[in-house]
Amino acid sequence: MSYLDVLILACPETIVALAALVVLALDLAVFRRRPWATRMRFGALAVTIGCLAALSWLWGTIPVRPLLHSDDVLVLNSLTHLIKIVVLLLTILTAWISIESQFTDHVGEYFALLLFGTLGMMFLVSTENLLMIFVALELLSLCLYTMTAFNKQNVRSAEAALKYFLFGGMSAAFLLFGFSLVYGLTGEITLGRIGRALNPSTLQPFNPSTLPDPLLIVALIMVMAGFGFKVAAVPFHLWAPDAYQGAPTPTAAFIASGSKVASFFILAKLLVAGFAGAGGAAAWRGFTQGWMPLVAILAALSIAVGNVAAIAQSSVRRLLAYSAIAHAGYALVGVLAFGSPTPSASTLQPFNPSTHHGFTALIYYVVTYACTALGAFGVVAIVEGSGSTVQRFNDSTVGPPDDLRAFAGLGKRAPLLSFCMLIFILSLAGIPPLAGFFGKFYLFAAALSSGKDLALLWLVVFAIAMTAVSLYYYLQVLKQIYVAPPPRLDDSTTQRFNDSTTQQPFNPSTLQPITPSWPAQASVVILAAAVVILGLAPNLLVGRVLGMVDASRLFLR
Amino acid sequence: MLAWTVYLSFLGVLALMFVPGANVRGVRTIALLTALAGLVCAVAAAFGYDTKAGIQTVAKQPWIPALGISYFLAADGISLTLVLLTGIAAVVGILFSWNIEHRAKEFFAFYLALIGGVYGVFISFDLFLLFVFYELAIIPKYFLIAIWGSTNREYGAMKLVLYSFVGSALVLIGLIAAYVIAGLQTGTYTFDLLALAKVQFPEQFQYWAFPLVFVGFAVLAGLWPFHTWAPTGHVAAPTAASMLLAGVVMKLGAYGALRVAMTLFPLGLAAWRGEIAVLAVIGIVYGALVALVQRDFKFVIGYSSVSHMGFVLLGLMTLTTIGLSGAVLQMFSHGIIAGLLFAVVGRMVYDRTHTRELADLEPMGLNRAIPFAAVTFVIAGLASMGMPGFSGFIAELQVLIGAWQAFPTLAVLCGLGIIIGVAYTLRAIQKSFFSGNILEASIQRFNDSTIQRFSESASRPSNPTSTLETISIPERIGAAILIASTVIIGLYPTVLLNLIRSGFDSALMAPLVKGGPL
Repeated sequence: MSYLDVLILACPETIVALAALVVLALDLAVFRRRPWATRMRFGALAVTIGCLAALSWLWGTIPVRPLLHSDDVLVLNSLTHLIKIVVLLLTILTAWISIESQFTDHVGEYFALLLFGTLGMMFLVSTENLLMIFVALELLSLCLYTMTAFNKQNVRSAEAALKYFLFGGMSAAFLLFGFSLVYGLTGEITLGRIGRALNPSTLQPFNPSTLPDPLLIVALIMVMAGFGFKVAAVPFHLWAPDAYQGAPTPTAAFIASGSKVASFFILAKLLVAGFAGAGGAAAWRGFTQGWMPLVAILAALSIAVGNVAAIAQSSVRRLLAYSAIAHAGYALVGVLAFGSPTPSASTLQPFNPSTHHGFTALIYYVVTYACTALGAFGVVAIVEGSGSTVQRFNDSTVGPPDDLRAFAGLGKRAPLLSFCMLIFILSLAGIPPLAGFFGKFYLFAAALSSGKDLALLWLVVFAIAMTAVSLYYYLQVLKQIYVAPPPRLDDSTTQRFNDSTTQQPFNPSTLQPITPSWPAQASVVILAAAVVILGLAPNLLVGRVLGMVDASRLFLR
Repeated sequence: MLAWTVYLSFLGVLALMFVPGANVRGVRTIALLTALAGLVCAVAAAFGYDTKAGIQTVAKQPWIPALGISYFLAADGISLTLVLLTGIAAVVGILFSWNIEHRAKEFFAFYLALIGGVYGVFISFDLFLLFVFYELAIIPKYFLIAIWGSTNREYGAMKLVLYSFVGSALVLIGLIAAYVIAGLQTGTYTFDLLALAKVQFPEQFQYWAFPLVFVGFAVLAGLWPFHTWAPTGHVAAPTAASMLLAGVVMKLGAYGALRVAMTLFPLGLAAWRGEIAVLAVIGIVYGALVALVQRDFKFVIGYSSVSHMGFVLLGLMTLTTIGLSGAVLQMFSHGIIAGLLFAVVGRMVYDRTHTRELADLEPMGLNRAIPFAAVTFVIAGLASMGMPGFSGFIAELQVLIGAWQAFPTLAVLCGLGIIIGVAYTLRAIQKSFFSGNILEASIQRFNDSTIQRFSESASRPSNPTSTLETISIPERIGAAILIASTVIIGLYPTVLLNLIRSGFDSALMAPLVKGGPL
């Protein structure tokens, strides 16, 4: 295969990389002296154009059959195209949200990193080669570390970035070690061939009595540790609350949205295609060795810790971080549904229904979750941007600017924004008819229908029970927005402000109606609309993805 | 026609979004017109319904074909009875919240959203759709109580919502499991209730799935010991929300238990029937006893709701025609009567006196100050305690007869509950309205005791030294509608009973009446 062919296959990625360089160069050469707001808008515009160009290329070249590059470095099918389109859209909306928060002077660098991160995700989605997975993952992670540290005025930002980086570096080492063990075991680096090598008797079902190689178990644990960090699953979640809180809001939004979609997509592919024969079982009192019990434990722990710890949070960003941990747990349930051996009755169907449904449910879930999380962070960014007075007294008296109390009376100050937040929060809680409800429902139905004799019933019951817990803390946010009265000038908060900072009296402008810039507002509204529409008509996505999963022939290669 | 009850409610919400919030009169009018239109649809559908038709499909469209989920609305006699109840309660509730000025637009938007969800539950025959509407009705309740409520409102709202949500989580587990097992057994995955009810689920599965789904729904119907959300929620809620909560939301639970749990899992029902009947009777007696000693007027009504909903659950467990139809009639009857009681307590008394403590109300001589309220409350009380001539009598009598056939001992205990019911109702009537002797003296004491305590609500236009504001026209109309409904059903129950009985003739419900599968 010539380089030209590779370039054509990787054309959208090339466009994004070029866009990143253009943003960098133009900001340096042309816009350096312009006012900050202009530079931000220009940067967002450039990101939009670059991503749209890549997107239109993807749209125009949806492959009918999978296109392979040698050693599966690039595997393109309609499914990877869809995920890439989603990632690009999320990047565009993240860029629009960035306009709202003033955290850096290095506009060009910021947007370039955003695009390089997106590039990492795109490669991550479209490869089935261990080396390429690792490289793409590192490209993504390094961009995210830097973007987390971007707010140089804020100590928390630096702290968060350092934590994120140290944890991330460690987990990357684990992942690489795991990959090297896999390579040592099989001598292969492409997922399909690894899967065949690990499970020589593909025609026979996996036999739990013959225990797998202990080396394989070690490799699995290493890989799961690496990816557990990436998707913030307990016990590898410790970086998440700090990073979500300290990072500039658009970065946090990016970590929570696009990066989650790409990571879960590749994790599911890696486990199900690469470790096809080493699944084991995760039935109640029926654990057998393999990756499924590992994932099941990570899922259960994430759901439990995420939901319970979120109850105690007073910072909206930390609350969203713990909620993200819980949602990572739910999504891992989807990975299990994807990978479980299927029951006998499915022979009635032309294809393996629960596996297809499992992957479809997972994709629907992470995509809708990404939209919701991005939207919620967008609202947080706008509220923080408006309450600039509060922000300045960040560390001293009233706590972080994303304190729950900063949302008090938002329903009055910004009705449209509040309504969007209502949609996002209720969707996260899983209230119909929003996308979050159908996502959870589909995930649980797929999980339950996979395996023998409702093998995952225990996990589904546990997950649904914890969903009921989660409603409590989600309602706390809504309570502040709609029920709590807006803070008044004569209450004790003002007093504390004036006491603590004599030189700068409390500025009543924080209580004025919020007027966000139109791109930020538009992106929040678009996301809210997407959450509602995907919730009311899930078939728009589900029907298509089901066909794509079938067409991707993930299991036949 | 029937589907428009749902659409109209949500269209009403949409319309309210485009009205400026300051225009309270316009907001109210839109809300009232929406509710009235819904009621007209409900009445027209009920009268147009052919009682021999069984389950009539209203709409059936594939919604998520990949999962066998369809948009399937249909109705039978049971649905229509409850839709009718919802229509009446919705209109009357708006009449009784005519005085709401604070964030009126949002109030009526949440109110109509709740109504829309409730209508949807009653006419959904696809379980996924039913569940969507069921949960859709949860969130508006939170805001209605937390924003416009009174005593301890945030606590009451959160408790109510969490109880409802936990209940619905239990239901969801059972529904997904039933869906998957039916799919494995038959090869077609579907949420169509009529198709699922034909599936013979394994006995072992029914044994745990039935209590899960039944209790999950019955949490909302006030099944003892999961009833504790009801009194606190009712008390905290604003008048219209209390009326809806007791009037229709509790019926959602009972309806779900009947329509879903009992039809899907007949073997589970047979196994757990006795236990649930015992819980229902405990609810009847316990609710009545607790109501007897309450100091807060509204708590009396709140606990009485628990007691009366016990009759519904007991009636369901009898599995006889008379018991089941009595249970459904009791749902209707209690919806009307509880609405009336809450209207008197919340709107007519509390909004005027700003107290609900029976001890404070005692000296006021409210029978002279607001005689209309006194008369209404006496009528409502009589209806509630099961006086012949009102709907409550017909319903509870049928439940008792059914219970006598099925569980004689429990029927006797249940009769005890009725007697206590008379006692707490009379006590409430006496303490609230007919204790004070001289108007002047009462006003004096009211001055002394109450003003200080409620001085924080000074912004309200209440001047305790003058006589209480007279009962307004909307209140009179609302009370008249409710009284008329309970009296008409009490004197001529055949109107509804024919409808309800026909509901138990369909292929879906008929197996229940024959005493289950045994």
